[in-house]
Amino acid sequence: MDKIDKQILDILKNDSRFSAKSIASMIGQTEDVVAQRVADMEESGVLVKYTTVVNSELTGDDYVVALIEVKVTPQSTHGFDNIAREIMAYNEVSSVYLMSGAYDLVVIVEGKSIKNVSSFISEKLSVMDNVISTATHFILKKYKSEGIVLDKENSKKREVMI
Amino acid sequence: MNQEKYLSKKVQSIKPSGIRKFFDVANMYKDIISLGVGEPDFDTPWNAREAAVKSIRKGFTQYTSNSGLLELRNKIAKYQKVRCGLDYDAQDEILVTVGASEAIDLALRALIDDGDEVIIPDPSYVSYMPCVVMAGGSPVAVKCELKDKFSLTPDNLRKAITPKSKVLILPYPNNPTGAIMTKKQLEEIAPIIIENDLVVISDEIYSELTYGGDHVSIASLEGMQERTILINGFSKAFAMTGWRVGYVCAPKPFTKAIYKIHQYGIMCAPTASQYCALEALSSNLNEDFKDVVEMRNQYDMRRRYLVQELNDMGLETFEPQGAFYVFPRVSSLGMTGEEFASELIEKKRVAVVPGDAFGESGKDFVRISYAYSIESLKKAMTKIREFVELKRIQK
Repeated sequence: MDKIDKQILDILKNDSRFSAKSIASMIGQTEDVVAQRVADMEESGVLVKYTTVVNSELTGDDYVVALIEVKVTPQSTHGFDNIAREIMAYNEVSSVYLMSGAYDLVVIVEGKSIKNVSSFISEKLSVMDNVISTATHFILKKYKSEGIVLDKENSKKREVMI
Repeated sequence: MNQEKYLSKKVQSIKPSGIRKFFDVANMYKDIISLGVGEPDFDTPWNAREAAVKSIRKGFTQYTSNSGLLELRNKIAKYQKVRCGLDYDAQDEILVTVGASEAIDLALRALIDDGDEVIIPDPSYVSYMPCVVMAGGSPVAVKCELKDKFSLTPDNLRKAITPKSKVLILPYPNNPTGAIMTKKQLEEIAPIIIENDLVVISDEIYSELTYGGDHVSIASLEGMQERTILINGFSKAFAMTGWRVGYVCAPKPFTKAIYKIHQYGIMCAPTASQYCALEALSSNLNEDFKDVVEMRNQYDMRRRYLVQELNDMGLETFEPQGAFYVFPRVSSLGMTGEEFASELIEKKRVAVVPGDAFGESGKDFVRISYAYSIESLKKAMTKIREFVELKRIQK
């Protein structure tokens, strides 16, 4: 990863639909160079996927997200990896992170309703072997997500002066 | 009562700003993508904002000295030394003003007697001409052309000079063209300035926003500092437009005259704003201008993107070397800048500024500001491309 790769990633992270030509103009490289770099990063797995950010507040669908702190008993040979892999296999789970601090894993779960998420936790997650305890926090409102401000109420208006 | 008839003839003779007029129309539409604003889309660096809040908490709520906080003037002196190699005495050659705008007004009022001619590159920022008129002078526009990358050429300057010429306004990096004057170009005009005994008002508000190399102040050329009033400020470099802090650096007699007008008219720049400016400048002097570099890199990326997009759609666009504007020529579509801008709002809801708002020479152009997020610029470019293609077919 050099400076050019990083510049390309910065642009794509913000908007993955920019063409190689546009990116090339922005960073002062040729289109071929950018196309090759992108292809290489796709190949090596640096660029995993081109996706979208959806503002779920506006889609009209019922939708809840919970952030669950999970304490687990690490296993002697595999540490936290096995249990994390087991948890991430569930479709309800969107992210799993190993954390430093007072608990071990953060599991982010998406569901249609609080009931729906609660039953996942009580019936699937907390009963797993090696899970010692869980603490669930429901997300009430998203102000900013994936670097994008979703709460436009406070957006500023700049005036054309003279 | 007909109040109009009481207004001074000078004020009556001044036309309202073309940008303002245009955007009063633009504001009647909903969902406009505006590329019209001439101020940074960034916020003032956090530490500078904190410094202002702290100053208020500490109760620094009185006037400062008329010239501004001495600490701030010391930092400005250091800044000018570091950035332009210039020596100014913080004590009596630097004055803090309410934005560079006040500085422009004061410098003109300090120098102009009735009938004195002031030479102004055209196109340029909209305030110069009215300020000259208010000061009793006669503005003389010098055409700056695309073929010269909108620089002020020695020939055009010479042609504008008459026995009544007294002041040359040198606004580079330029709003609206994004042109700069390189050291070499400045060296070509300096002898003409000296030979004709002109004073230069050098408006360097965009000095931190250059993309090809560092800004050069005309004051740094031999024999020029003594006849230059250098104007700069914090609005553009540190995203501080709302704080209203600018400054003047000039030889003592000039500064003294400017001080007089400022003292009677304004007293001093706002105290909290001066503390904000002090922190912005101190921290950037200590940390290799990190805030400025970060913003400049963003602007640079947007600049390159716009130049490529506009040229690609067939609008001849010179690659600007400074400020945050591009200035494409639209006359190839058989339209003036004004017609282009009006129809673009009506058909595509994108607002740009007609070039003639900045002077007669801008009439074939429009000004597009890139003080906007790359997302907004991308959306706007898609719409402008559609519009240009439509006009081509109609033509």
